[in-house]
Amino acid sequence: MFTIGALGFTAPWLLLGLAALPILWLLLRAVPPAPIRRRFPGVALLLGLTDDEHQTDKTPWWLLLLRTLAIAALILGFAGPVLNPQVREPGTGPLLVLFDGTWADARDWQRRIDRAGGALDEAGRDGRPVAVVALTDLPVEGPAFRAADAAAADLPGLTPRPWVPEAAEVATWAQTLDGGFDTIWLSDGLEHPWRADLLSALEDRGAVRVFQSPRPIYALRPAAFEDGAIALTLVRAETGAPAELILTAHGRDPNGVERVLAQMPLAFAPGAETAETALSLPPELRNRVTRFEVEGVRSAGAVSLTDDALKRREVALMAGADNREGLRLLSPTHYLSQALDPVADLIDGSLSDILLANPDVLILADVATLSDASAAAVAEWIEAGGLLVRFAGPRLAASDLSRAEEDPLMPVRLRAGGRTVGGAMSWGEPKSLRAFSDTSPFYGLAIPDDVTVSAQVMAQPDPVLADRTIAALSDGTPLVTRKRVGQGQVVLFHVTANAEWSSLPLSGLFVSMLERLAISTRPSRPEAADLAGTIWTPDAVLDGFGAVQEAGNLPGVAGEDLAEARPGPETPPGLYAGEDRRLAVNVADADTVLTPATWPARVPVEGMTVAQETPLKGAILTATLILLALDVLASLWIAGRLSGPRAGAAAAVLMAALVVAPQAGAQDRDPAVEDFALAATTEVVLGHVVTGDAELDRIAAAGLKGISETLYARTSIEPAAPIAVDLETDELAFFPFLYWPITPDQPRPSDEAYAKLNTYLRTGGMILFDTRDADVAGFGASSPEGRKLQELARPLDIPPLEPVPSDHVLTRTFYLLQDFPGRHQSRDVWVEAAPPDAERVEGMPFRNLNDNVTPVVIGGNDWAAAWAVDDAGNRLFPVGRGYAGERQREIALRFGVNLIMHVLTGNYKSDQVHVPALLDRLGQ
Amino acid sequence: MSAAAPSVAALRADAEGLAAPLPALMADAQHLAQTVMLGSHGRRRSGMGDEFWQYRPAVPGDEARLIDWRRSGRSDAHFLREKEWQAAQSVLLWVDNSASMDFASDKALPTKAARARTLALALAILLIRGGERVGLSGFSLPPRAGEVQLIRLAEALCVAQDVPDYGAPEARGMLPRSRAVFVSDFLGDIGPVTAALTKAADRGVRGALCMILDPQEEAFPFDGRTIFESMGGSLTHETLKAGDLRDRYLARLAERKAALADLCRTTGWQVHCHHTGEAAAAALLWLYGALEHDH
Repeated sequence: MFTIGALGFTAPWLLLGLAALPILWLLLRAVPPAPIRRRFPGVALLLGLTDDEHQTDKTPWWLLLLRTLAIAALILGFAGPVLNPQVREPGTGPLLVLFDGTWADARDWQRRIDRAGGALDEAGRDGRPVAVVALTDLPVEGPAFRAADAAAADLPGLTPRPWVPEAAEVATWAQTLDGGFDTIWLSDGLEHPWRADLLSALEDRGAVRVFQSPRPIYALRPAAFEDGAIALTLVRAETGAPAELILTAHGRDPNGVERVLAQMPLAFAPGAETAETALSLPPELRNRVTRFEVEGVRSAGAVSLTDDALKRREVALMAGADNREGLRLLSPTHYLSQALDPVADLIDGSLSDILLANPDVLILADVATLSDASAAAVAEWIEAGGLLVRFAGPRLAASDLSRAEEDPLMPVRLRAGGRTVGGAMSWGEPKSLRAFSDTSPFYGLAIPDDVTVSAQVMAQPDPVLADRTIAALSDGTPLVTRKRVGQGQVVLFHVTANAEWSSLPLSGLFVSMLERLAISTRPSRPEAADLAGTIWTPDAVLDGFGAVQEAGNLPGVAGEDLAEARPGPETPPGLYAGEDRRLAVNVADADTVLTPATWPARVPVEGMTVAQETPLKGAILTATLILLALDVLASLWIAGRLSGPRAGAAAAVLMAALVVAPQAGAQDRDPAVEDFALAATTEVVLGHVVTGDAELDRIAAAGLKGISETLYARTSIEPAAPIAVDLETDELAFFPFLYWPITPDQPRPSDEAYAKLNTYLRTGGMILFDTRDADVAGFGASSPEGRKLQELARPLDIPPLEPVPSDHVLTRTFYLLQDFPGRHQSRDVWVEAAPPDAERVEGMPFRNLNDNVTPVVIGGNDWAAAWAVDDAGNRLFPVGRGYAGERQREIALRFGVNLIMHVLTGNYKSDQVHVPALLDRLGQ
Repeated sequence: MSAAAPSVAALRADAEGLAAPLPALMADAQHLAQTVMLGSHGRRRSGMGDEFWQYRPAVPGDEARLIDWRRSGRSDAHFLREKEWQAAQSVLLWVDNSASMDFASDKALPTKAARARTLALALAILLIRGGERVGLSGFSLPPRAGEVQLIRLAEALCVAQDVPDYGAPEARGMLPRSRAVFVSDFLGDIGPVTAALTKAADRGVRGALCMILDPQEEAFPFDGRTIFESMGGSLTHETLKAGDLRDRYLARLAERKAALADLCRTTGWQVHCHHTGEAAAAALLWLYGALEHDH
């Protein structure tokens, strides 16, 4: 194919014809336009007039240009121009399509897939076997080369993974490569340690071409808490032009709805690799943030999940009355404040105020007595998930709290007085701590040697004491005990919170213990040692696109592994839940730096754009036609034929030549169908199903006419004349109500009609089946009509039925009724069964029955005959005898009114019966 | 006018249609000239006639039998009843039936010949209703009164015959002091027209020229290389750029109209240019006027 720039020609030899254009120019110039002969009586006046000039002898230059252009376009068009002609993938033999498949690919994954698809198509045409491999999802063996179409079937299944493959894995896989093949490498654009080695391994096998998207790559480092604000850092690979991005903080609002909680702009300075911003949020809002995202960037790297590191726990501190004013180091809460202030939000105040603030933790340092009301409030708060931490002290030791009986706010019973060891007045050495058992939340914490306890309160020996002890002294006496209450817990340190009784508050262990108890907020990234011995289960994981997914049943991860985990198949980025805290693993960590990939000069690197091959032949030939049409116009104009007697003919020819306007395919609208739809929808219309029995249809129509008139007279429903509905041809959706009299010999509707009927029933329509045989048969299959009804109704989507219960809404939609007679007086009228759990509420006259309109009402009372009137308004059929008969007819009419009311108003009346109760509840 | 000779009945119907909306001359009495010679229109003076003119007080010398006793009985004086003076006149028509008249630039337009015949016959209808005598100039159809004359006129106008490209007015057989109407496009040689008008004027015949032109003849909307042919094909003219001729053609046309106007001025005739694109009634009205007013 001959190409000029982005333009290629399939038949370039035809372009030589362009050389003939000057000849054409000369030829056209030489030939004047043909004269036109006109009959004109005024010629007598023209005799003797001569032309001033002879210019029209030759075709004007612009017309020549037009024609030359047209011919040139014709030649160009037939030369087969193609915009962006597809360059053939060079080479033969197997082809490896290699994806990096990392999170950085996600930003334009579809384009990568498209590019790979293009390569596969090309390979398929050339009969080259193809293998598709993603480095994040390496096959065990080397690449499996298959037919291109088979490999193409795998493409949609490929997804980017939210991690980067390990160098070792890639190297292992590279060693399995053998045989010669070419490679198309769809790179993610980032430098990876394994990149160069893999490239050389691939180049050993054949030519390598690299495709790389120029779109910027961003990674969001984990949010850190600095100086009271959340510091966010975004890094990018290319340090080029300035860029403005928006970070969004997502989380659940108080209603539990996931939404954007905050937005902040972020600007990269030109040449800057990182951009930073700080977000200051109220603690209440900050604790709700679950992740930060770069808006508009679809990649796992642009999402940073937050864990407890960002959550600042609210800790309330209360101490017993401070009678040693000024001695700060002796203050019961001094060490607690020191330990907690940097990592938690401390709350001071009276207990009632504190509980209103709903803190995460309440610390009572040497507080012995609480008022009964306060104690109850605290107990309630613990039940709801609060953590009460108590420290012992002289006051507690001196009080009778939890002495004889276990106090609800104490984990254990205490012995009177406590004990002092290693003091000036006692025997023995101060006690050190025993190693934490593996059931203790402190398990794994190293115990410094210098932590000693010289005084403590003693727990009463109890059967549950061992379970409740989570830290003990070397002699086995409990140092920390814990009791779970409801969703919360009560923890008692048997020593003081200051250094009076022990050196524990002076040691780092104290801080670690507070951390483990989830009192203080953890440092953002725990050390492996901190997490030793814990198991973390994934709560939510990120996919390559940065969407948060349910973790499903991913296996748990050991704490020490998690602490050092890089995102990988074992530890996908996500949120991991431990015993009492959650830990986030993010794609980018605090020192992630993105380096753009560098490729040796010998490797061709192409952009990701797949230029669409566009054949221009049609367009250019169309342009040719337009030019020629213009030429026709211009020629006519030059020859003066656009005006004068034959202009009309010329215009007609032009119209025929130019107007190729496709006839707008007018919708085939059947006016009859439209009329039917209009008639059925402009007013409320009752419908009856055409049975094929002319007399029966007449009675049904008359019956519906009668009930329509009754409705018109008595209610606000003003129906128009009823319509006969043919199930096969007519649209049912227009009718709120269909009356379907059953004859033993009526034809069975077609499957399409049944489909329509089922749709009709499901979407709120109602059918009244009338077997008209209640005078001779009970309801069921005991009559031909009954059997026919069963046959007809079998394919219908009819719910379970029951005889109309006495509290059915049908009994009170307009009139209060208990019987539903027509010409006959059977009580067997069936409607949709009430749900089995419908219970009669105390004080309610009715059960709260099904919420919908019953889709069918089935009976045999021949209602249409009872309702039927002729044109003059006279009743067509007698009902019963005498006054009782007229009464029965009246009830029949009332049933009709109730039925249509039920159809049109649903369970409105059912709701209405609750009004007194509602008003009662509102206190009115 | 050879190929598509309109039927007599159609022509008659056309003309009747055109004449129908116009008031009969009698009803248009205020326009009647006093002096001249036109038909049974009242002369606005008392004389012999059927129509009442006025009551006049009797003066000595009036015969007693002339007194209108019914009128006089209502007053003390005597009155005479006078009748309006009425007289009939002859109108001669000449309608050009040459080939050049058989031209219409547009299908929607009538040919000039058709328009000329319609106008002429409509005029004849009105004149005959007014009691005049109407005929064709020359000797083929001398002027007569009566409805039958209309039929004869229509037949004579529709006679198809071999015709020259351009027509010359027929000025023979004109009664002295009668009136004449020439309807033509007057695009041919002006010599015969001059001769005819001069001859008519010599006999004391006055009248009107109605020049009928097609809108295209007035506008000359041509362009490009064109060969113009006369309707009969006897004249041709080729031009390379018809648009350039427009101004000169229009100048010549104006010249021709001016020549006709001059001629009329000297002979006491009137001239009117009518285009087939316009309503025929306007031309008919003008023709009334031309025949009614005495100059």
